[in-house]
Amino acid sequence: MKGPKTIKGRPELYTSYGQDMAFLNTRPKRVSVSGLVVIALLMPFMITDDLLQLLATGFVAAIGAIGLNIVTGYAGQVSLGHAFFLAIGAYTGAALSGSETGRVIGFGVTSLPIWLLASGLVAAFFGVLVAPVAVRLRGLYLAIVTLGLVFLGEHVFKEWTSLTGGPGIGRPAAVPELFGVRLDQSNSVFTAAQMLYLLMFVLLVIFGVLARNLVRSRVGRAFAAVRDRDLAASVIGVDLTRYKVLAFAVSSFYAGVAGALLFVVNGFFDPGSFNLLLSVQYIAMVLIGGAGTISGAIMGALFITLLPRITRELPTVLPFISGDATGVITVFQVEAVLYGVLIIVFLIVEPRGLFGIWVRVRNYWRTWPFSY
Amino acid sequence: MDEFLQSLIRGLGTGSIYALLALGFVIIYKSTQVISFAQPAFMLAGAVLVSYLSPAVTFVGAVVVAAVVIAVLALGVERTVLRPMVGKPVFVVAIITIGVDVVVRVVTNAFIGLDVRQVGDPWGLNTVNFLGAEVQQRYLVMIATTAVVTAALFLFFRYSRIGLAMRAVAYDQEVALAQGVSVGSVFALSWALAGGLAALAGVFVATGAGVDQQLWIVALKALPAIIIGGLESLGGAVVGGLTVGVVESLFGTYQNDFAPWLGPNFGLVAPYALMLLVLLVRPYGLFGKKEVERL
Repeated sequence: MKGPKTIKGRPELYTSYGQDMAFLNTRPKRVSVSGLVVIALLMPFMITDDLLQLLATGFVAAIGAIGLNIVTGYAGQVSLGHAFFLAIGAYTGAALSGSETGRVIGFGVTSLPIWLLASGLVAAFFGVLVAPVAVRLRGLYLAIVTLGLVFLGEHVFKEWTSLTGGPGIGRPAAVPELFGVRLDQSNSVFTAAQMLYLLMFVLLVIFGVLARNLVRSRVGRAFAAVRDRDLAASVIGVDLTRYKVLAFAVSSFYAGVAGALLFVVNGFFDPGSFNLLLSVQYIAMVLIGGAGTISGAIMGALFITLLPRITRELPTVLPFISGDATGVITVFQVEAVLYGVLIIVFLIVEPRGLFGIWVRVRNYWRTWPFSY
Repeated sequence: MDEFLQSLIRGLGTGSIYALLALGFVIIYKSTQVISFAQPAFMLAGAVLVSYLSPAVTFVGAVVVAAVVIAVLALGVERTVLRPMVGKPVFVVAIITIGVDVVVRVVTNAFIGLDVRQVGDPWGLNTVNFLGAEVQQRYLVMIATTAVVTAALFLFFRYSRIGLAMRAVAYDQEVALAQGVSVGSVFALSWALAGGLAALAGVFVATGAGVDQQLWIVALKALPAIIIGGLESLGGAVVGGLTVGVVESLFGTYQNDFAPWLGPNFGLVAPYALMLLVLLVRPYGLFGKKEVERL
């Protein structure tokens, strides 16, 4: 296919809408994104396994955050119920791929693509079930209803011990097996951490590109219209019910996928993990990263995941902070406070989040040295 | 029958705690259109403050001082953190209050430590004979106090000048501003009122069992209460709070007999299920205002 006309020496002159909306529409974007991908692919051979595990968890969180960003950042439907959908994905994946023991059920389908897809679809199904409520409710009513979902879900998962193993005990996470290779067990070529890192990275790229393509399409424009003014959107012919249901379905699908993968790195999880705090964490990822941007969701997810690691280094720099649970100010308190403070500071000072900071830096250097 | 009366009184008692919290939520919502998720932290801080003060200035004195201090704290939070956000999307402001909640709660937790603190209330777990049933005194005190506080609030909004100003702001901010109402001080006052109510609720939660780091979760029960009652209605908040308390308590007592498949402790999440049911029938709660929209 012959592309639209480009003029030599004018890289940012677009002669068609398609060009303007292209996936990576400028050369710097193409260069920097390919650079980042290459660096990320080389990472497993440069850093230690525990950092790789942390980054792998961050990538999974990023998939979940992209999902939340689709429903909250793009379609404007505030959901505090993300933990519920993460839980559904996690248990679908774990039950499908786990092996039957006397304590917990399992079906032994260990092939990763199958259980991953299934987790996403089951979560999406529940998303579609919830969506009709969302169609009737607006704003903070919706936020509180989705919050209620988290509490109801937590109760069900705590009581349904044959699925979840029960509170305080838990069950093994999904078994990542791809083409007959167990990715969570080291083999002669790679360690487990390296393989999981690469798996999560590839999945993040796939789901990130899919989401980016969704939001720059007709559907994405409809989402944005619903977010900005739903009444106006419906007047110009956007079917509100349809797009709200769609937003919840896609978002829950992403949450299901992320939930299924989230505990693969650790290998074990407990029904108490899916509480309000987890939902708030994902909201924080979206807001700190930048609502309504895919790259922002990824940045926010990595930031929130790496935050505990960073604060754990603090006692070496600031000796008045104690590294263990004793002492006047402990790392854990600093971590929790920092979390709250960061949300406040970001929303007051830079509502567009990390993505907004990046845009400012970029624009400064774009016109350097004539930046006013 | 005794059992029924006991659980009804227990439900009304805890329900009046939820009603106090829900009143705080609704007061803030009416003046600023924001749900403040910082209420749990203020509630916890109030209870902790009383546990420190009551040996020195008696229980009742401590409650009064704590309510005032928490009200001032809430006012300070509104002035420093929330005021810059006036006019921003409500969702963003709501999330900021979650941030405030986290910060206040962590700082308060440092004062609780790992043990359970007692608030030094005179009732403890003592019971009294009420209409032939043994009920705990503290529930009767909660019901009575909440009735008094609610009546005082209604009188305040009905007859006092500043109460009228608050209703005017709730009705239309710009028009109120044009009439010379200081909208800023109304915001500050509503946060202070909500903070004081939360502190009072916190003390009641802590009677009997004491204060620990998990106390704040109770405050989240007020959320289904305000949704059931409708976000804009003070009366709805009281009705919603009492309903939530009674439903929770009755489920706790009887659910094992008639619906054991729901699992033990379903009573704790029953309010959320009730909330979903109410919203399916009335999307704006029982007494909420149906939004009229125009382009």
